[in-house]
Amino acid sequence: MSEINLNTTNTWCPGCGNFGIEVAAKKVIEKIGREKTAITAGIGCHAKIIDYINVNSFYGLHGRPVALAAGIKLANPDLNVIAFSGDGDSLNEGISHLIHAAKRNSDITVVLHQNRNFALTIKQYTASSPKGFVSNSSPGGTIEDPLNALDMVHSAGATFIARSFSGDLPHMENILEEAIKHKGFSFVEILQPCPTWYDTSSDYRENSYKMSSIPEDSLAKIKEWNYQNGGKIPVGIFKKEEKGVFERDIIVGEEMVSVEDIVNSKI
Amino acid sequence: MNDLQILVGGAAGQGSKAAGRLIAKVLSHYGYKIYVYEDYPYLIRGGHNFSLIRASRKEKRSIKRRIDFLLALDKLTIEKHIERLDGELIFNSDKAEAEGTGVAMQTIAEEEGSAIMQNTALFGAFCKVVGITQEVMEEIVKELPKPDENFNVAKKAYDEADVKINLENKGNPSPLLTGNEALSLGAVEAGLDVYMAYPMTPSTSILHFLAELGRKYDIKVMQPENEVAVINAALGSSFAGKRTMVGTSGGGMALMAEGISLAAISETPIVLINSQRSGPASGVPTYNAQSDLKFSLGIGHGDFLRLVFAPGDAEEAFYLTNLAMNMTWKYQIPAIVLLDKDVSESTFSFDRNVLEKGEKWEELKDGGEDYERYKDTENGISPIAFPGWEATVRNTSYEHDEYGTTTEDPEMVTKMQDKRMKKLPMIKEEIERLEMVKVSGEGERVIVSWGSSKMAAKEVAERTGSRFVQILSFEPFPEKSFMRAVEGAKEIVVVEANRLGQAAEVIERYVKVDKKILKYDGRPFEEEDIIEKLN
Repeated sequence: MSEINLNTTNTWCPGCGNFGIEVAAKKVIEKIGREKTAITAGIGCHAKIIDYINVNSFYGLHGRPVALAAGIKLANPDLNVIAFSGDGDSLNEGISHLIHAAKRNSDITVVLHQNRNFALTIKQYTASSPKGFVSNSSPGGTIEDPLNALDMVHSAGATFIARSFSGDLPHMENILEEAIKHKGFSFVEILQPCPTWYDTSSDYRENSYKMSSIPEDSLAKIKEWNYQNGGKIPVGIFKKEEKGVFERDIIVGEEMVSVEDIVNSKI
Repeated sequence: MNDLQILVGGAAGQGSKAAGRLIAKVLSHYGYKIYVYEDYPYLIRGGHNFSLIRASRKEKRSIKRRIDFLLALDKLTIEKHIERLDGELIFNSDKAEAEGTGVAMQTIAEEEGSAIMQNTALFGAFCKVVGITQEVMEEIVKELPKPDENFNVAKKAYDEADVKINLENKGNPSPLLTGNEALSLGAVEAGLDVYMAYPMTPSTSILHFLAELGRKYDIKVMQPENEVAVINAALGSSFAGKRTMVGTSGGGMALMAEGISLAAISETPIVLINSQRSGPASGVPTYNAQSDLKFSLGIGHGDFLRLVFAPGDAEEAFYLTNLAMNMTWKYQIPAIVLLDKDVSESTFSFDRNVLEKGEKWEELKDGGEDYERYKDTENGISPIAFPGWEATVRNTSYEHDEYGTTTEDPEMVTKMQDKRMKKLPMIKEEIERLEMVKVSGEGERVIVSWGSSKMAAKEVAERTGSRFVQILSFEPFPEKSFMRAVEGAKEIVVVEANRLGQAAEVIERYVKVDKKILKYDGRPFEEEDIIEKLN
């Protein structure tokens, strides 16, 4: 099994945006070298990607793929480490890990499968569902405003922030490759329609537009779309900057440990 | 004097703990075996802190009720402890009036050094009172920062006090280590690469100690955002091939529960240090308890194997943590080292012979092209491989086939649960082979204890002609060794620091427990506590 494909059964719904993400991810992982790559995922529809890609992987717990990935990168900085996550996964359950990985500029790439609902648990609202979203846990429509994940990771200090769309393969591939190659914390939100519970494809197709270059005012651009339906949705790279990387800057001595010497120093 | 106990106290910020450390050190240099108990409330400035130093000629002993020297940096220390005193009071005459050796410690500190050095003055006065030579005192003081100022302060106080007794200098000092330092070194000896923790008393000093070691040696220390992150990141680190340990106390351990379960199904090695303090919840955070035994034996959802070891002093902390690291990599099951505050934060004379037991076992590795992370072998142990090798390594939280692909197939689900459980006979055999039950004495009354409580319990057993049994592994429980240890017992008494009798409950699966001597006020057992309840 030296190839990227695994002989497993795919269980995503027909038309799911995850198929596109899987194809793009495989291409990019092959390009950067699958033996030098490790991926993680949380729990949710996004996470099934683990069972479809033949690469080093740790299929983790709900909300924790970013923490897992941070640990892998600390232990072996030579690996390309990609955390696949969902909006329920990393904007609800595990939001602290996302914020802190961005803050410490951990050299990992987080791919957020943004389908804006809890899909695998058959439709509840997440942090990024639009206000008024009708779901099994909000039958009268949600009364909360959606969270702008890009704005949040920007505040936390993420050094690479991008958005793509699962219906645009070449764009996803480019963005993912740039994100992985970036030295520091990369956050890629992929807008992903959920044809079964929340089909946003026509909204994304009609309203998304590609930015011609990295905007000077990243934050203003990030705030252009507020995750309510309607309004223009910029896609592309919002921010890219060089900064100290946690795994490179962490202080580690080089001397060989002698426990005996340490003990004797305590006399 | 062959056996003395010293209480040194003051307000938080006055440096009574540091003075206690100096006293422990100087007595160690005189050939005494040392045990230091630290007592402090959860505040940074003010209040009342004290250290109890027990110094004995033969072997280190736990604390007792009476004190031979009371060393007071403030008035409150005298008020609180004078009734325990059966000997000399040495006090700061700037802060209190009393009978005994009064020295103007604050004045001396301010004149000869700086105000924070009043604890050095206290040390100087103590040295004089017990007849420590100025040379030895100087040697100890000069290891402090600002050695000259500290020496001048100590010297002035030394000159102002009078000799009351002359302790004999028998030399042969031992290293002084806290339980947390000793366990850290045990892990280092087993190849510790990465330590992760979120601060929580009484485990925090492991983080401090290893962070400092990491500046010099190749050990990575990380403080993630919370305990949930700690355990998940730590499992990522182990997955990537690094020997990884985490440390916390009960509340943090509770947050790590999901990760312990993940370690189990994904067969990812991990050592968890759980240093107990008084609970439930925030409880009495800087005081001792042994009330997380049942929690440690049960933590994590689902059926799985684990190791739970319980050291009761610094040597055991070293050895059992070393073993936990080696065994978690050998068997790929989570290993919990269950300490309590009075092992973690107490200081012990450390017997260097135990260093010979420190080892690094190499784990079973593979990594061929058609690698199966969860290969169903005869003993259930699948050879391990790491990302970056030729093998593709796929760890997972879901039930899985041998390659690590998710499965819901009933046969595969059964097979893989059986595969993981198959390791048990081999682990049990190993536990019985190692000395996981310590026995001393031969009486028909058997006193059984564990963790820090074993210190006082053992001494009482010796004094009363009872047999003493200490349990070092609770999971797997060393049934055969234990049954041999209690053979012929007429009465079994369990001594432990909790309300329920948690170890007694475990023991009762094997033998009848006749009496439980329990203490749960956060303070350590004194010999007298046990003797009073024994008959």
